[in-house]
Amino acid sequence: MIPFALSPALAPGKAAPYVIAAYIVFLAIVLIYVAIMARRLTRTERDLSELGREVDQRAVEAEHREEEPVG
Amino acid sequence: MTSYGKGLRALTLSTVATVTVALALVFFYAPLDADQGFVQKIFYLHVPLAIVSLCGFVLGGLLAIGHLRTGDRKWDLRSYVAIHMALIFGIGGLITGSIWAKASWGHWWVWNEPTLVSFLIVLLLFATYQPLRFSIEDPERQARYASVFAIVAGAFVPLNFIAVRLAQQFVHPRILTLGGGNLPGSMRLTFIVSLIGIALLYATLWKYEMAAKSARMQARRLRRSLLGGDAVRPLGRSAAPS
Repeated sequence: MIPFALSPALAPGKAAPYVIAAYIVFLAIVLIYVAIMARRLTRTERDLSELGREVDQRAVEAEHREEEPVG
Repeated sequence: MTSYGKGLRALTLSTVATVTVALALVFFYAPLDADQGFVQKIFYLHVPLAIVSLCGFVLGGLLAIGHLRTGDRKWDLRSYVAIHMALIFGIGGLITGSIWAKASWGHWWVWNEPTLVSFLIVLLLFATYQPLRFSIEDPERQARYASVFAIVAGAFVPLNFIAVRLAQQFVHPRILTLGGGNLPGSMRLTFIVSLIGIALLYATLWKYEMAAKSARMQARRLRRSLLGGDAVRPLGRSAAPS
């Protein structure tokens, strides 16, 4: 192994793929994370809209019950 | 209930701005390194990822202290997310470091380099955090044991850092030194902006994750109170705090 201090510099043309690869890895990690977050958010949104529908339905049922004559 | 969405927009915007400025500085301002040339540009990404990841592990331990002191599970959730994010950043640091090592040393990994191996040990140590949580079914016990683990493992991080500093043999360059790692002014500025950008990214993603988890928990709670316990699907065994 060549000691770090003695390792020769790669020419920009040869070094570019490594630099690009490193930054792509970083970008990919962030994008994958954002995609996972988006999927979770969609699920939570769906849960909340289901709950909203349930609340509306209950309100309508309660209204009907109030309108029905007692006895 | 704490609102984690508060200030998220401003934090996101400042993260995007800082990361953009950092990238511009890396590719258009910082000079080419005399020894390493263009490959050195990886440093502005790899080193901040590794530093923020290690700080995230320590933060996880500090937040876990909050849980053991108060018994409030929200501290456990905060600690869990801090460690979870730090692991992701750590893996990023490890991969980018490997790419740099291949370009600079001709090897993807060097086993006799203390900096690399110690970082891997820390990462593997925290990789056992999730399986540990998953192995405990009772949520209260899970939170307690996980907090103890997070504190002990978090304390190991600075000790490990000091031990590596005291090691004689290293080929890995030193960036974090009291003297600024011998970086010239323009490189130092670029490095500091990159570090701030990655730290802001960590904080933003932490807040996003906390907001998402908090919203999901609130939705479950609402469902339970509206429709009764039967309407809520049992979570089953999970590593994440519930």
